[in-house]
Amino acid sequence: MNEDGNGRPVTDELATGGVAARSPVGEAPGGPYPIGLMAILATAAMLFAAFTAALLVRRTGGDWARVELPPIVWVNAALLLASSAAVELGRRAVRRGALPLAAPRLATGGILGALFLAGQILAWRALAARGGFLPTNPYAAFFYMLSAVHGVHVLGGLGGLGWTLRRTIQGAYSPARHTGLTHAAIFWHFVGGVWIYLLVVLSTL
Amino acid sequence: MSATHQTGSFWTRYVFSTDHKVIGKQYFLTAVVMAVIGTGLSVLIRLQVSWPQDTWPFLQKIFPGLYEDGVLLPEHYLSLVTMHGTLMIFFVISFALVSGFGNFIIPLHIGARDMAYAFLNMLSYWTIVPACILMVASFFVPDGAAAAGWTAYPPLSALKEAVPGSGLGQTLWLLAMALFIVSFTMGSLNFVTTILNLRTRGMSMFRMPLTVWTLLIASILGILAFPALTAAAIMLLLDRHGGTSFFLPDGLVLGGAVLSHSGGTPLLFQHLFWFLGHPEVYVLVLPAIGIAFDVVAAFGRRPVFGYRTSVWALIVIAVLSMIVWGHHMYTSGMNPYLGEYFTIVTVAITVPFAVLGLNLIASLWRAEIRLRTAMLFALALVAAIGIGGLGGLWLGTATSDMYLHDSYFVVGHFHFMIGTVTFFGVFAATYYWYPKMFGRLMDETLGKIHFWLTVPGIFLAFVAMHYLGLGGHLRRVYDPTAYDYAQPIQWLNVPISIALFVATAAQIVFLVNFFRSLFHKERAGPNPWNAATLEWTAPSPPPHLNWTELPVVHRGPYDYRVDGAPEGYWPQTAPPPAAAQAVR
Repeated sequence: MNEDGNGRPVTDELATGGVAARSPVGEAPGGPYPIGLMAILATAAMLFAAFTAALLVRRTGGDWARVELPPIVWVNAALLLASSAAVELGRRAVRRGALPLAAPRLATGGILGALFLAGQILAWRALAARGGFLPTNPYAAFFYMLSAVHGVHVLGGLGGLGWTLRRTIQGAYSPARHTGLTHAAIFWHFVGGVWIYLLVVLSTL
Repeated sequence: MSATHQTGSFWTRYVFSTDHKVIGKQYFLTAVVMAVIGTGLSVLIRLQVSWPQDTWPFLQKIFPGLYEDGVLLPEHYLSLVTMHGTLMIFFVISFALVSGFGNFIIPLHIGARDMAYAFLNMLSYWTIVPACILMVASFFVPDGAAAAGWTAYPPLSALKEAVPGSGLGQTLWLLAMALFIVSFTMGSLNFVTTILNLRTRGMSMFRMPLTVWTLLIASILGILAFPALTAAAIMLLLDRHGGTSFFLPDGLVLGGAVLSHSGGTPLLFQHLFWFLGHPEVYVLVLPAIGIAFDVVAAFGRRPVFGYRTSVWALIVIAVLSMIVWGHHMYTSGMNPYLGEYFTIVTVAITVPFAVLGLNLIASLWRAEIRLRTAMLFALALVAAIGIGGLGGLWLGTATSDMYLHDSYFVVGHFHFMIGTVTFFGVFAATYYWYPKMFGRLMDETLGKIHFWLTVPGIFLAFVAMHYLGLGGHLRRVYDPTAYDYAQPIQWLNVPISIALFVATAAQIVFLVNFFRSLFHKERAGPNPWNAATLEWTAPSPPPHLNWTELPVVHRGPYDYRVDGAPEGYWPQTAPPPAAAQAVR
């Protein structure tokens, strides 16, 4: 009997080891790649964790003063949550096989997401009207920066939604195969969750 | 040619290729170009530190902006130090070792046809091209390249007017680093997904070569650690151009005037920077160690000692590396209890690291060592881990670091770890996988000349730097003779520089060997080293998509010295004897 480096007998573990042979590049991959999505979510989560740590440190500075956030940020949060719900309903429609319902729901989700971004710009203008500029108030600086960085992630999510909407209209998804849609939806929920988290952080710290 | 390469035009095959092997070579060649620049900077640094009173009129002719009356300008000395560090860490070692060999070898090691996201892979390479251009271009802007150190500490990096390099040079530095981070994140994503999802039949996690394990762990570290630097870079850009005060405290005076910034703290930047900076060391060092394991096994003709313990040691190192960053900041006035915590966890890393080092050494026990150039560099790497690691103990302990911080002891130490271990890893990998990359062997005689000219100088210089540091010689100092206490040890700078110049010149031998061997008539064949891992079952160089039929794996990666096996080893694809007989 052969032995491996640790003196364990080498047995053939073909049945249990490894992943089934994959199809050649170019063909649709044999299975979903949740690992890639998890990695994106992990790196994005670490980014906002780093900003949170920075905020916790910076608020101990002598000039830290909260500015009341313009009320429209709550409207925006509601828009983003509604958008997440619409996208989820669209995804479930595909899963159930109710394919004609999917495209309008996903489109609604996308429009609500775009409205969220427009609302965020209104929130910036409202904050500026109250005298909250980048250099004048560190709290305002965090609001501008965090909403901008979050907005970039929203743009990415919108790109994903647009792509899946196109695929939906093309009829590429079926109840059995809609991995791309699921991933775009998970990312979209993540982006929505991050904004709720940021609002909680900004309004309690 | 059509069988060997991706179909399509010259552009899609060699320039905008999605083939992991082409992308790996592109990264490697980019690293070579950046290494020539980065090493050139180090020569200028050494000339200044060793002979601060001399004038260099001929250098002024070559670099008219850097010198005045034959003397290197102090502000440009800081730029040289900053850019040498930045280029070597991010644009040379990271490119060559992680992105270069990682891309080339991961699919070949695990039996995949390409990366999981081939297009993303191409995108990650073409994102670093503008990053390189921005970095190099920053030498040519008015006031020169960034000068705040590779660590880019504020306030030097946060105030555009602080020093000449704090202007446009620092902005370009930040933009280039942002592109680098985006690219590295895309690459890490690809590595992790590929390794976890695209292994061929029979390739269980514990049958993967250790190189793949180290690249997997390095990629996970990159994904989790780089965002902290992204956040810091965004805040730094806002401090520079948006008037915010994330990192800038009250009462800073510049040019006689008090600045309007208030309330920020430069320490916040240091914490965020080192939250990335420390894991980054392991991102670079671990793949070199993984390569050493593979090379030592193939040229020692025995299974590596303690494969599984090495994997667990790697995982423990990865976890610990994320929680020790404060040991770079002992002198920042941190709470002594915090310093004690960072000391304990830092020194704890010694345990898994010693496991790796001792496993490498034990892998030589009763080995039939074949001293090819790749093996020589792998062995020198093991020695460098030992010496570099010992210095790390002194720096990781708060009490001794108080004295050694920011001295040449630190410079010597990190040049051992992220300079020597990593470069020797690159060389070992190049000599080992060159036949797989280009279908030809590198010249052994030139390889040995390269080795013996490189290694003594490197060890001599970096060990001697520890002594300079013990004598109080500070890093980043333009003219060491300006300090009375450093006068008695200044002489030591001269032999250090001479040793380094010899080692640097030796790299010309390497480059000549590298490019000349491309034209060797003799072909290497698929498996010139009789190595057991999967890449050696593919043709040399492997065609597009690597194998006609994907290999099936039946055993671990290091089945060397097996009785009854032809040539004394089993490739990973060999079925167990019982199964083979059953087939017959």
